[in-house]
Amino acid sequence: MKTKAENEVVFQFPSHSVNEGFARTAVACFTAQMDPTLAEVGDIKTAVSEAVTNAILHAYPDVIGEVSVRVRRLPGNVAEITVRDWGVGIQDVEQARKPLYTTGNEERSGMGFTIMESFTDTLRIRSRVGKGTTVVMKKKITGK
Amino acid sequence: MELNCKTVERELTVSLSGELDHHGAREAIRTIERAVECNLPRRMVLDLSRVSFMDSSGIAVLLRGYRRVTETGGTFRVVGVPDQARRVLDAAGVGKLIDIS
Repeated sequence: MKTKAENEVVFQFPSHSVNEGFARTAVACFTAQMDPTLAEVGDIKTAVSEAVTNAILHAYPDVIGEVSVRVRRLPGNVAEITVRDWGVGIQDVEQARKPLYTTGNEERSGMGFTIMESFTDTLRIRSRVGKGTTVVMKKKITGK
Repeated sequence: MELNCKTVERELTVSLSGELDHHGAREAIRTIERAVECNLPRRMVLDLSRVSFMDSSGIAVLLRGYRRVTETGGTFRVVGVPDQARRVLDAAGVGKLIDIS
């Protein structure tokens, strides 16, 4: 059963790279109500930046498509962040999660999923080729 | 994202400021490569002290600078790493390859 959120926000934007900064800042602003430490804010911004960049760069390599971000505040001061796209999908999710694996260009290091994993408590990836990808990250905010 | 390049006695210092993400990474890579090609530095110092945010795209920038300088026999060093950027570099294990102080 889905846990009921105490509060949530959803926003959607076209996959222009200039929106990466907006997305991570918007998520950080929403989670400010959970009283995170500066380090936790940095972790959330970094994880969101990786997920959104993946969607912008890999889900829509040749077209501009939509990227959706949802943030839910769950009981126990847990932030749940969902980044969704309707792009090309990932053929082999296990392979994509491996450090240094990338199908991207010179601006990517292949460390995106590794960093999402390190900076959050749980990371789930659902993907279907030709349908899109959903990344769900949870992080408990211990606070100041 | 702003870049500032300065060369003194074949030591190239590149100072980055602002947010270093995928959106700004391509320009950062191009600028660093041009600066290396023009100056052929013996030493390159990448100063991150004014970087307010960095994600894994920053790692790609560091690795590119490192490769470019070391393949011509130069040394590469990263200085002034803020806490958030350090956590990214640590998570990726970049410190094993690159001199970060």
